[in-house]
Amino acid sequence: MENILSLLIWLPIVGMGVIAFVPRDKNDLIRIIAAITTGLQFILTIVLWSDFDKSTGTMQFIERLEWIPSLNIAYILGVDGLSLPMVILTGLLFFIGVFVSWSIEKAVKGYYALFLLLNAGVMGVFLSLDFFLFYVFWEVMLLPMYFLIGMWGGPQREYAAIKFFLYTLFGSVLMLVGILGLYFTCGKTFDILELQRVAPTALYGVLWWGVSAIKIIWVLLFIGFAIKVPVFPFHTWLPLAHVEAPTAISVLLAGILLKLGVYGILRVNYGLMPDGVYWFSGALAFLGLINVIWGGLCALAQTDLKKLVAYSSVNHMGYSLIGMAAVIAAGESNGYNLKAAQAGLGGAVFQMFNHGTISAMLFILVGVIYDRAHHREIEGFGGLASQMPVYTAITALAFFAGLGLPGLSGFISEAMCFIGAFPVFKGIVIASTIGILLNAAYFLWAFQRVFFGKLNEKYVDISEINKRELFTVVPLLVITLFFGIYPAPYLDIISKTMDVIINHVVTLSTLASM
Amino acid sequence: MNNLQSLQFYYPEILLTFVILASILYDLFLDKLKSYKVGFVLIAGLIVVAISIFLQDDSVTSLFTDSVAKDPYSQFFKILIIATTILVSIVSLKNKELEIYRKGEYFTLLGIITFGLFLMVSAIDLIMLYLSIEIVSIISFVLAGYLKQNTRSNEAALKYVVYGGFSSGVMLFGLSYIFGLTGSTNYFQIQKALASLPVEANTAVIISIILVLAGFGYKISAVPFHFWTPDVYEGSPTTITAFLSVAPKAGAFAMMIRFFNQVFANGGAMNGLEEISLAYFPWAEILSVLAIITMTIGNIVAIQQNSIKRMLAYSSVAHAGYMLLAMPVMSGDSTYAIMIYLVMYLFMNLGAFFTVVLVKNKTGGETFKDFEGLGWEMPLVGALMTLFMVSLTGLPPTAGFVGKFYIFASLIQGGEAFYYLVFIGGINSVISLYYYLRVVKVMYFSGRKIEVLKSPGVVMSIMLLVTGIPSLILGIYWVPLAEWVQNSLVFFIQTI
Repeated sequence: MENILSLLIWLPIVGMGVIAFVPRDKNDLIRIIAAITTGLQFILTIVLWSDFDKSTGTMQFIERLEWIPSLNIAYILGVDGLSLPMVILTGLLFFIGVFVSWSIEKAVKGYYALFLLLNAGVMGVFLSLDFFLFYVFWEVMLLPMYFLIGMWGGPQREYAAIKFFLYTLFGSVLMLVGILGLYFTCGKTFDILELQRVAPTALYGVLWWGVSAIKIIWVLLFIGFAIKVPVFPFHTWLPLAHVEAPTAISVLLAGILLKLGVYGILRVNYGLMPDGVYWFSGALAFLGLINVIWGGLCALAQTDLKKLVAYSSVNHMGYSLIGMAAVIAAGESNGYNLKAAQAGLGGAVFQMFNHGTISAMLFILVGVIYDRAHHREIEGFGGLASQMPVYTAITALAFFAGLGLPGLSGFISEAMCFIGAFPVFKGIVIASTIGILLNAAYFLWAFQRVFFGKLNEKYVDISEINKRELFTVVPLLVITLFFGIYPAPYLDIISKTMDVIINHVVTLSTLASM
Repeated sequence: MNNLQSLQFYYPEILLTFVILASILYDLFLDKLKSYKVGFVLIAGLIVVAISIFLQDDSVTSLFTDSVAKDPYSQFFKILIIATTILVSIVSLKNKELEIYRKGEYFTLLGIITFGLFLMVSAIDLIMLYLSIEIVSIISFVLAGYLKQNTRSNEAALKYVVYGGFSSGVMLFGLSYIFGLTGSTNYFQIQKALASLPVEANTAVIISIILVLAGFGYKISAVPFHFWTPDVYEGSPTTITAFLSVAPKAGAFAMMIRFFNQVFANGGAMNGLEEISLAYFPWAEILSVLAIITMTIGNIVAIQQNSIKRMLAYSSVAHAGYMLLAMPVMSGDSTYAIMIYLVMYLFMNLGAFFTVVLVKNKTGGETFKDFEGLGWEMPLVGALMTLFMVSLTGLPPTAGFVGKFYIFASLIQGGEAFYYLVFIGGINSVISLYYYLRVVKVMYFSGRKIEVLKSPGVVMSIMLLVTGIPSLILGIYWVPLAEWVQNSLVFFIQTI
C-alpha cells in the first residue's frame, strides 16, 4: 500500500467525522463505528508489520508532501524499528480500548469522537518525521485527553484534567523553544532526518550565554518529554490523572502516552544531539534510579489499587531510563562495549512495549473489579479468589508480569536494561535492585490482601469476569506470555534500528565539543 | 504630491465618506424601530469600500503633501479593520443590548471610526498621527457609552474619556519634544534630524519615547496604561467591546511599527528587512519591559475574573503583550509576525466576543455561570467557543498557535538578547490556558445537561462559523495568508 502511514493517521479522523453525523442516541451504532475504525487501523498496523523490512535500520514507507514552503515545513512520515512496535501497540490498545469503554453510557458520541481524535494524535506523533508536524500531533493529543479525563472521570476529574493539561503544556512550551532553537541553528529545517545529519555539526561549539547550545536544547526537550514519561520530579500529575480517568483512558495513558516521552527522547534527543547523550547519561541513569525507588515506595504506600498501578508505571519507566543511559557503553571511554549498549537500549525499548501491555492489562483488571464493587480500596476486598477464580488467575499472571517474574515479558526487558547498564553504572544498577524488591513487595502484598484471607461479606455474590472483559485482557496476556518465552520476533524488529541509534550516538559525539 | 493629485489615490476613503453621509441621511427617514436598517447601508457600503481597497494597485506614494502614506502595508491594515467593522456590524444587528436604542447613529459612528483607523494606519506626520488617534478615541467614547440607560455603560464612557484625555495629552507632550528637537512633524525629516542630534540630547529623546509610548500603550491597552480596559470593555455594548479589542489595536500597532521604525530607527526593517540601528536609544529595552509586564499582568489578573467579558478584556491585554514581544526586535520578520498575529487574533477574539453576545442575548448575563451547560444546549456554539479558547491559548492546530509561532520564531531569530522573552511568552501561554479552559470547563463539565437543544439562530451561527472556520483552517494551512502578508510588507519611504 502506497500511503499506509497516512491512512493510519487519518482513518480515525474519518471515523470521527462519521460519528459526528450519527444521531446522539444511537449509542451502539457509535460504538460499532469506533470498533470498526480502530479494528481496521489495527489490521493496517499488522499489514505494515508484515511489509516491514527487518534487515535495515533506516526509515521505511517514507511519505513526503510540501506543506508550508516558506518555513520549510513539510508533511513527512516514516517508520523504523523504534516506532513500528509502538505503532502496532497503539493500534492494539485503541482497539481494545473501544471494548473496555463499552459500558460508558454518558455522552457516548462525544466520548468516541474524542477517543478517535486522541488515536490520530498518538499515531501522528509516532509516525511524523517533521518536527513541526510532530509538535502539532503532540499537542493535538492534549485537548481530547483533557476532555476524556475531565468529563468521564472520577470525583476529582476536573482538577486532574487541568493539572494534566497544565503540566504537559508547560513541557510542550519548553519543547517548542528547543525546536525553534534547533531550527535556527541548523539551517532552518524541521525535517528530523535532515536534522539528524546536520545538527551534530551545526550545533558544534555554539554557545548561548556562555553555555553550550546542545546542553540547553537537550534539557529543554528532555523536560518536555520527561513530563510525559514521567520522570521524577515531573510525575505528580500522573497518579492523579490515572486514578481519575475512566478505565480505557488509564489504559491508553499508561500503555501508550507515557511511551511517547521515551520515544521522543530516543528519536529527538538521541538522534539530534548525540553529544548531549554522553553529557546527560549519568543524570539519566540517576533519574531512572529515583524513579524506580520512589515509584516503588509510593506504590507500596497506596491503599487505592488504581493508584498502586499508577505508581508502578513510575517504577517501571525507571528501568527504561536506566537502560537508555547504557548506550554510552559503546563509546570510547567505556571500551567499545557494543553488547552492553545493545542490551541496554534494546531493553529500554522492549520495556517500553512490555510496560505498555502489562500496565494496560493491570488497569483493565482494576477496572473490572471497580465496575463490580464501585471502589478500589485494597483493604476493602479480601478472599475474592474463591468467588472469582478466573479473574484471580488472570490477575495473578498480570501481577507476576508486573513484578518481573521470569517467563513473562517484563523480566526479559528489565534484565536487559540492567545487563546493559551494569558495566557503566554499577552503583546505580546495584541500588536499583532495591526497586525490584519493592516492585515484588507491593504487587504481592496487594494481591494477598485482595484475593486471599477471609471473604468480605459484601462480595458473596460478586460476578465473575465476563466475556467482553476477557476479550480485552486475553490478547495482552498472550503477548506477555509469548514474549516472555520467545522475545526474538520483537528483538528482530528493533535490533537494526537500535544499532543505527547506537552507531549514531557513538560516532557523532565527541566529548570535546561540549 | 499635492492635495488635488492625491485624491485619485484616495478613493476608498472618499467612498467611505459617502457611505457615512448616506448612513446619516438615510437615518433621517427612519423611525426608531426601523433604524437598524442603517446597518444594511453601512455593511453594503463597507463591502464596496473593501473591494475598492483590494482593487488598488501596489504603488507606493505619499498623499496630501506628505501627511498620509499609500502603501501595501496600510492597505493590509485597512482590510483588517474593515473586515472587523463588517463582522461587528452584522452581529450588532442581532445584539439585544441595543434593542431599545436608536441604532442609526451607532452604525454611522462605526463608519466614522473606521475612517479614523484608516488614517491611523497610514499617517506619516505627527499632526496626522495625533488627529487620527483623536478621531478614533472620541468616537470610541461615544460608542462605549451607547447604552445610555445602563450605568455601567455610562461609567465606561466616562472612564474612557478621562484616561483617553490624559494619555493623549501625555502623548502630545512627547510629540512636542520631538518637534522641538527636530523642528519638523514629518517622520522622515525627524529621523534625519535625530540621527544628527548631539549625544547630550539623548535624555530628551528617551523622555519623548516614553511619553509617546504612553499614547500608544493606551490605545493597545498595554500595562500600565491598561486601567481603562476592563471597565470599558465590560460596560460597553458587547459588540463594541469586540470592535475595540481588535480594530483600534490593529490600527495602533500599525501606527506604532511605522512610527518607531521610521522615527527612532533607520527604517531598516522597512528597507532591507534587517535589523535597525540607532541602538543607543534604549527603546528596545523599554518595549521589552512593557511587553513582559503587559502579558504577565493581563494573564494573572484574568485568572480571577468572574465575568467572561472582563476575562476577555484582560486576555486582550495579554495578547497585546504577545504582539509587543516582537516589537523590540524590529526586524522585517518581527513586523511580519505581528501582522500574522493580528489576522489570527481578529478571528479568534471576535469569535469569542460574538459567543458572549449570543449568550447574553439568551441569558442576559456574561458571567461564567451563564455559560454553564452551553456545550450541551448548543453543541455547535460550545464546540466553536472551545476552538476560540484553545486558539487564544495558542495550541496547535489552531490559528493562535501559528501567530505565537511566528512571534517566537522572530524572537529566536533576533538573537540571544531576545531568547528570554520567548521563555516568558511561553510560560504566559501556560498561565493563560488555565482561565481559557475554565470557560470550556463550565460549558461542558459542570452544569446541567439539557436534552432539548436550543438554536443559536441563523445569523449568529453563520457569524460564528465565519470566525471559527478561519481560526482552525489558518492553523493548518496558512500559505496564502503568509504570502499576502509578505506582499504587504512594503512601506512608503522617503529619502531626504
